[in-house]
Amino acid sequence: MNDIKKVKKLIIDKPLKLDCGQTISNFPLAYETYGKLNDKRNNAILAFHALTGDQFASGVNPITNKEGWWNYLIGPGKAIDTQKYFVICANVIGGCMGSYGPSNINPKTNKNFGTEFPVITINDMVNAQYHLLEFFKIEKLFSVLGGSMGGMQVLQFVSNFPDKSETAIPIACTHSHSAQNIALNELGRQSIMADHNWSNGFYEESNKPPAKGLAVARMAAHITYLSKKGLQEKFGRKLQERDDLKFGFDADFQIESYLRHQGSVFVDRFDANSYLYITRAMDYFDLSKQFDGNLSKAFTKTNTKFFIISFTSDWLYPTSENREIVIALNSIGKDVGFAEITSDKGHDSFLLDVPDFLNTIKNFLNTSYNKQNEKRI
Amino acid sequence: MKKEFNTIASLVEKKSKVLDVGCGDGELMKYINENITNDIRGLEISKSNVQKCVAKGLTVIEGDAEKDLKQFPKSSFDYVILSQTLQAFLDPENVISELLRVGKKAIVTIPNFGYWKVRIHLLFRGTMPITKDLPNEWYNTPNLHMCTIKDFVNYCNKKNIKINSKNLSYKNLFSQLGIFVIEK
Repeated sequence: MNDIKKVKKLIIDKPLKLDCGQTISNFPLAYETYGKLNDKRNNAILAFHALTGDQFASGVNPITNKEGWWNYLIGPGKAIDTQKYFVICANVIGGCMGSYGPSNINPKTNKNFGTEFPVITINDMVNAQYHLLEFFKIEKLFSVLGGSMGGMQVLQFVSNFPDKSETAIPIACTHSHSAQNIALNELGRQSIMADHNWSNGFYEESNKPPAKGLAVARMAAHITYLSKKGLQEKFGRKLQERDDLKFGFDADFQIESYLRHQGSVFVDRFDANSYLYITRAMDYFDLSKQFDGNLSKAFTKTNTKFFIISFTSDWLYPTSENREIVIALNSIGKDVGFAEITSDKGHDSFLLDVPDFLNTIKNFLNTSYNKQNEKRI
Repeated sequence: MKKEFNTIASLVEKKSKVLDVGCGDGELMKYINENITNDIRGLEISKSNVQKCVAKGLTVIEGDAEKDLKQFPKSSFDYVILSQTLQAFLDPENVISELLRVGKKAIVTIPNFGYWKVRIHLLFRGTMPITKDLPNEWYNTPNLHMCTIKDFVNYCNKKNIKINSKNLSYKNLFSQLGIFVIEK
């Protein structure tokens, strides 16, 4: 993970007051960009990543050497064509891909922050990333978009900065994290904390991270990203490299082997404390609460054009929750489109090659971009 | 483009705010968007039609008029258009009252069951009429609440809804389609 020192970083020198009350300053925000900012500086898109994402949305992630998490969507000639648009993506604060997070050094102790890192919120993440606009001298973004926790950041961004983006695409998300989702996140956190190696978050000293706990957290979460139908079709009761059951607790079934694999590769690229902090930020997210229980009030000042997308088989952030955002916007006459995309791939659909989804974004962005440019002539 | 779309579009004032309920593939919206007002959006239940609207660059909300009109505030549109889908709703009475709540005016079209060809078909053949505007058989038609132009006008009068109703008996016999502007 030493390569992580080479990732692009913006050092934010302005103090940032966090929701928890603490103030941070001179902290790093790791980012990546794709495409070129045009002369008018009106083709920039800020993409927000989900729980386990990072700034490497497209191309090859130089740290993991794997494809960027939004490679189906973003790239030259793709739905978000980087020959046309300038895409910026930053690692959220609390993350572990170069941005300020629990694995950074605490100047007070000269050791890793661990659980002494302040608890951060979606609001804090967005306020930190806002500095990218100043850094790139962008007066107004063309779009902000993201799925899952990325979608929550989109909602928070538009609410905080109502005139800073022409369009917004929240995908497969919610305006208020549900009890079920808090419960699932708690399951993951408890799994990490139950790993003896976790050591109250100070595992970097012993260099023995809670890999088992983090792997189990990932396995459990991974199930929630898929659909029952998708799992059944892909795995069914197929056995893993064996002709019959072995009457033991080895991975007899392919689905077991698959989950174990997902767990084990995840721990190589993700920090357990970051997992705790970021899931906490999601749980704390309740945009309507920030506006006295009236979600519409979060958007009264904005003229940003919204397009909201959900997926039929997503039971983690179901259509009904996404539709609540649509209703909140319609009830105050804001410009909002909405589509529920048919897919058996569950919540993960937003990361996958789902043509209707990719086309929806492409068409919405391209026609909005043409309109933006007509307006300015 | 369907012929009635020109008529509907001609009823919409320039620069007004419009909602097309059951906007289908967006043809009418596109025409109005390009020629009359760009403050127009659609509500559409079919996923494939939603995709077609998005591809045309139109603002479309996937949803069901019977359930989803209630999210729009009172008088939030100058015109709400309902083109030939009224008879397909489970509860057309509720839809009409929602149209008139959401829109200052509503433009409603209905296939006219009083059209002379329909009457003759039923009179002489004794089977459910099939015409250009009513292409389905009785067993697969989406139309649950067929009415005539006269029925619709009578309904509006009964409910104190303002409606244009000149030459009623002539239109009821000779029009395949009724196009109305109604308001409370």
